[in-house]
Amino acid sequence: MTATTTSARSELSELGRSETALRTFLHGLPGVDQVGAEQRAAQLGTRSIKTTAKAQAIDLAIRMVDLTTLEGADTPGKVRALAAKALRPDPADPSCPHVGAVCVYPAMVPYVAEVLRGSAVHLASVATAFPSGQAPLEIKLADTRAAVAAGADEIDMVINRGAFLAGRYKEVYDEIVATKEASGDAHLKVILETGELATYDNVRRASWLAMLAGGDFIKTSTGKVPVAATLPVTLVMLEAVRDFRAATGRQVGVKPAGGIKTTKDAIKYLVMVNETVGPDWLDPDWFRFGASSLLNDLLMQRTKLTTGTYSGPDYFTLD
Amino acid sequence: MSERVAVRKTYKLFIGGKFPRSESGRSYLVQSSNVSLASRKDARDAVVAARAAVKGWAGATAYNRGQILYRAAEMLEGRREQFVALGVPGDEVDAAVDRWVWYAGWADKLAQVYGGANPVAGPYFNISAPEPTGVVAVVAPERPALLGLVSVIAPAIVSGNTVVVAASPSEPLAAVTLAEVLATSDLPGGVVNILTGAITETAPALAAHMDVNAIDLSGVTDTSLATDLEVRAAENLKRVLRPAPADHDWSVDPGLARMTALLETKTVWHPKGV
Repeated sequence: MTATTTSARSELSELGRSETALRTFLHGLPGVDQVGAEQRAAQLGTRSIKTTAKAQAIDLAIRMVDLTTLEGADTPGKVRALAAKALRPDPADPSCPHVGAVCVYPAMVPYVAEVLRGSAVHLASVATAFPSGQAPLEIKLADTRAAVAAGADEIDMVINRGAFLAGRYKEVYDEIVATKEASGDAHLKVILETGELATYDNVRRASWLAMLAGGDFIKTSTGKVPVAATLPVTLVMLEAVRDFRAATGRQVGVKPAGGIKTTKDAIKYLVMVNETVGPDWLDPDWFRFGASSLLNDLLMQRTKLTTGTYSGPDYFTLD
Repeated sequence: MSERVAVRKTYKLFIGGKFPRSESGRSYLVQSSNVSLASRKDARDAVVAARAAVKGWAGATAYNRGQILYRAAEMLEGRREQFVALGVPGDEVDAAVDRWVWYAGWADKLAQVYGGANPVAGPYFNISAPEPTGVVAVVAPERPALLGLVSVIAPAIVSGNTVVVAASPSEPLAAVTLAEVLATSDLPGGVVNILTGAITETAPALAAHMDVNAIDLSGVTDTSLATDLEVRAAENLKRVLRPAPADHDWSVDPGLARMTALLETKTVWHPKGV
């Protein structure tokens, strides 16, 4: 590592000490060209990925899926079935890879842990008063500790959007640092909830803030607000992780979540990852899809490629 | 003043209530008009649209379906001249309207004629009722272009099925014009989807598609193609209507067979109490 990166790194790690330094840094980030970002994302979405490349993309996308269920109606039986599906998404085809992780509420973690024990599938749990994040800090941290204790090895936290939008960056920063500490060895994914951040500039600032505070992943959305992951938002976040690695040497993952339902959508994201940050991120350790119905579409497309006939939703599990 | 230039029409596909071009961008020339040449991917999109429409259409009351089909017949009558201009004989248009109305009338009568109460040895009411099969792929007869098409679409949809129709490749203009009729009646988008182009390209994709529940081979004249389609359809046990004989007369009374071939029977055992 060069001397400049080392010094830049120590400079950046100092930022969290003061509200002013943090604000000066975040507001000093270059603004996002909205039209440019949207046009670039739309252009990358027109790439045609066919035959063997498509087959590879589908298998990679399956390995990147965080199979998610975050409903009030989740039951132990339902999450167990979901975990079983995560291990073997297509029971009819042993060559089908397993998904990246299962993502559930903290109360459901023990049931999933039973099924996933000994497998390579990760167990993610949302925490910190998901999805609103509007709870006292002690409760958010207790939520996190409970999820880790129950067996989660990835924590999906939500940032305090109220504080972020009010400009209290230090408060958001400190909460992320505290949650990271409470997570222990578990990977910390920081949900920015970009649908509530209003501008791409805010998305870029929130991305940097989350990375500076120690997040291992930045995630777009909870899936609980009308606007979830979009291509331009993910583009802005990918640029942020790319610039962050250039400045500090630390690589941070990206997880778009919510609204990605078709294989075509997923492949557009993969193209964008490859073109924006390069193949280093084309791995389930560095890029994930937060999704539930996406998996079935990926499996249907995979079946089409292997058998030559179009499949139907009747042949795959509903959840 | 310069002379007015006539606006020429492109005959496009009918999928999910919309008129898209073929995703392949191809077209072919019929009666000096450009007609979309559907690909297997258009067939796939049409099946998705048809599947999405099943819940609403099958769930509508039989009376409501009948009213909507009557409305379609009204619109068909109103476009008589347009069909005649395309070369469809006036008599055939009239017969097609009558055929449509005849099937529309069956919407709320089919269950009474085809369903019923079964005598059983036990304290139960035992009732059998017809239910739609689901998504039906139809290879329409080569000709008569309009009457043949109406005679295969109407019996399928009257009971609550949705259809993906591969229209006559040689006379597709009447099919696309019928799509315009359906689009301006109250038929929900996706209940009828019409593909123009080569049967050899769209029909195999439809026959093999796992999300299609039945296939009507009425318009298939090539026996080896018919056999191939039946083999493909066997994969998920589709209901198959065999090809119509070459000398089939589409103008005679069709009977109930076309409707009942695309139904499932639901039987309910209801305890009678003491």
